[in-house]
Amino acid sequence: MAGIIAAGVLLPLVYLLIRAFGASPEMLNNVVFRIRNLRLLGNTLLLTFGVLVLDALIALPLAYLSVRVKVKARRFITLLGVLPLAMPGYVMAYALLGMGGYNGTFQAWFGLNLPRISGFTGSLLVLSICTFPYLYLNLRTALLGMDRSIEEVSRSLGHDAQSTFFKVILPQLRPAFLAGALLISLHVIGDFGTVSLMRFETFSYALYLQYIAAYDRIYAAWLALMLLGLTTGALVLEYKLLKKAIYHRLGRGVSKAKTYLDLGPWAIPAYTFVAIVTLGAVVLPVSSIVFWINQTAFASVSGDLFEAFLNSVKASAPAAVLTTLLALPLAYIGVRYKTKLSNPIERVAYLGYATPPLAFALAFVFFSLQVSTALYQSLLLLVIAYSLHFLAEGIGPVRSALYQAPPHLEEAAQSLGYSSIKSFFKVTLPMLRGGIIASVSLVFLSAMKELSITFLLSPIGFDTLALKVWSYTGEAMFAEAAPFALTILLFSSLFVGFLFSKEWKKT
Amino acid sequence: MKDLLTVNNLTKSFDESGPVVDSLNFEVKEHEIFALLGPSGCGKTTCLRLISGFERADNGEVCVDGHLLESPSQHVAPQDRGIGFVFQDYALFPHLSVIDNVAFGLTDIPKHKRKVYAEEVLCRTGMGDYKDRNPSELSGGQQQRVALARAIAPKPKLVLLDEPFSNLDAMLRDTTRKEVRDILKKAGMSALLVTHDQEEALSFADRIAVMNNGQIEQVGTPEEVYYNPKTKFVAQFLGRTNIFKADADGGSKVNTNLGALNLNCDASGSVLCSIRPEHLTLEKPTNQPPEEVGTVLGREFKGHDITYHVQLRDEKYLVHTDNRVLFEPNDAVVIKPLESAVILEAEH
Repeated sequence: MAGIIAAGVLLPLVYLLIRAFGASPEMLNNVVFRIRNLRLLGNTLLLTFGVLVLDALIALPLAYLSVRVKVKARRFITLLGVLPLAMPGYVMAYALLGMGGYNGTFQAWFGLNLPRISGFTGSLLVLSICTFPYLYLNLRTALLGMDRSIEEVSRSLGHDAQSTFFKVILPQLRPAFLAGALLISLHVIGDFGTVSLMRFETFSYALYLQYIAAYDRIYAAWLALMLLGLTTGALVLEYKLLKKAIYHRLGRGVSKAKTYLDLGPWAIPAYTFVAIVTLGAVVLPVSSIVFWINQTAFASVSGDLFEAFLNSVKASAPAAVLTTLLALPLAYIGVRYKTKLSNPIERVAYLGYATPPLAFALAFVFFSLQVSTALYQSLLLLVIAYSLHFLAEGIGPVRSALYQAPPHLEEAAQSLGYSSIKSFFKVTLPMLRGGIIASVSLVFLSAMKELSITFLLSPIGFDTLALKVWSYTGEAMFAEAAPFALTILLFSSLFVGFLFSKEWKKT
Repeated sequence: MKDLLTVNNLTKSFDESGPVVDSLNFEVKEHEIFALLGPSGCGKTTCLRLISGFERADNGEVCVDGHLLESPSQHVAPQDRGIGFVFQDYALFPHLSVIDNVAFGLTDIPKHKRKVYAEEVLCRTGMGDYKDRNPSELSGGQQQRVALARAIAPKPKLVLLDEPFSNLDAMLRDTTRKEVRDILKKAGMSALLVTHDQEEALSFADRIAVMNNGQIEQVGTPEEVYYNPKTKFVAQFLGRTNIFKADADGGSKVNTNLGALNLNCDASGSVLCSIRPEHLTLEKPTNQPPEEVGTVLGREFKGHDITYHVQLRDEKYLVHTDNRVLFEPNDAVVIKPLESAVILEAEH
């Protein structure tokens, strides 16, 4: 089974390679060594770097405030740290684009005719807001798990709170920074929705232009490979840096009563900071979308809205179930039977996740055109592509749940006369319920928000919510896009709320 | 010798359930190793954290070397107290090498001299060869010594040790304890140790305060608290003992099932007494009144000695004898006291 999954991920990539190297040498030379490629590389790296810096500036203070400092509204700050996960990049881009301009939100509210923010600045803002939760969550977990006595030792050795923060806490957060940065880099490098709406030329955007407008498949394949190369680069870099930065928690640590730092003179800057993040990440985008809702436009798209919603569910629901069904045995093998083989199998799942979605989808296009044209642009292929792409997301919660269900329990059931299969179903599976629900919901949510795979692989005339928002926004039809964007937003918030409700209870 | 640390009426509660540390009074002298001994939850660790400044006291005072560090109106920050702290889990910085861990607190000496001095301290704790290692590459005992080196490197006047040996296995514990004591004594530092292990407190400390329910029940040298416990709690917490009620004759004698016993002080009326099992021994009955004959219920052979459980009338007694005194269960025996019994404070 693991082999089938591996093949499912790897085989399309092979077809991508076949396509790319199917060109004549002169053409290759022409395609690979274009100055344009360098510019694309520069743009992609610049954007990634910019987003990382901005995310760190948002996520670190937010995480520190929500975990370590005596603040009011701790729950709200925690929520703020994850809420942008509900907002896909293209919806955020839509909201930002809708604010500026002659008939934009700002003009209507304040009489301010702001220029429409797009290009690099637009992409930077949108992607930073959408991705900072990845860093926030990593930093928060690291801060919560940090041995507090280490900070106390630092204090007893004469370092004050500030010096302790820079010398003891910050260095220990390095692994969390790296893990968050990797997720963000993968996201930014692979992003298509935002950069295409903001018209900022990164590899993904160029790939789209090449495939749709110029219909140059060979150059598109090469761009996809370069995109993959960049992703691999990010993975290798993270691995190398992380290897140097793994800190074992020494000793078992004694859980102590939580103490929180007093804000003191920092109260005003801290709450101002929270207010700005709330405004930028939640209030402005949401109100901008709500602003654009109007009767005439709504009437013209209401029929489409229901159909698009149905289509989103039709593709996402089977994908969510299939992914979790695949994730269960993979996670089980990975946790319970650590063999030389189980690790690479899990890696393959992550390969599918790390592959930029546009490149991933393009590989599936080439694959289906070569192998079976009946598969090409079929709902089945879309569901399979979703599942293989989001498998890593599906494995996570199941695996965490498995760690909570120690093998002793199954052994105990066996000692009471249950067969090994029966003990799995009677003992372990019920304990995995939470993990399975989380896995299904997470994948469902991701698939529903997914744009690039849907864009390339969906059947003709099969419009999902995501596609509708993106295409209307692309044509500056903000009023028509609003109902679709709002539906995605409501749905996502609901799921994010559900997924994190357990997490909030802990704080 | 001068008092280095004085703790005065120190009180702390975390919630409505009453004080965790309740009006503590004690002092630690210069160059003295002092132990706070008590069961888990008795407030000893909280007391330590109040002295180090990690918690704020509700009431009372902490003074070190004549400086007031903690009172309801005064709170010196932990980093300004100059008190070393060794944690139960050692709390080594995982991102720093062994030598950088030790040099971390040496902010008062010039940068280029820090490592040289840190190495010197490491050598004193026998860890000089490990200076470039990562803390995760060290065993528990080695981490313990690095943590100690780190705590004493800035030459604090006082080092606090929170259950420092409890994460070590039994074999290592005894030797490490002795080494740590030697290191502290050589450095001439005062130390305050918190532990729930009576053997540890008895062998490590110069003086012991026995704590229960947030209060100190007795302070004294190991010998004093062991041989002359003031309360039933102290008597029982420091080791196995026989506790019984008896009538005192107004002098230093008491009538018990064991016959007339000597007391450690004069008393009259009904009193609560304690006598340690090793202060009793067993003999064969001679059948001459007023001899009271008991029966051996069982025995625990422990190599160097034997513990007998003896039934005498309606009471059970513990008797430690050396391993040459051999009785079997159901043997008739006579219990002979070797020392005086100790009078305990009446229970409230």
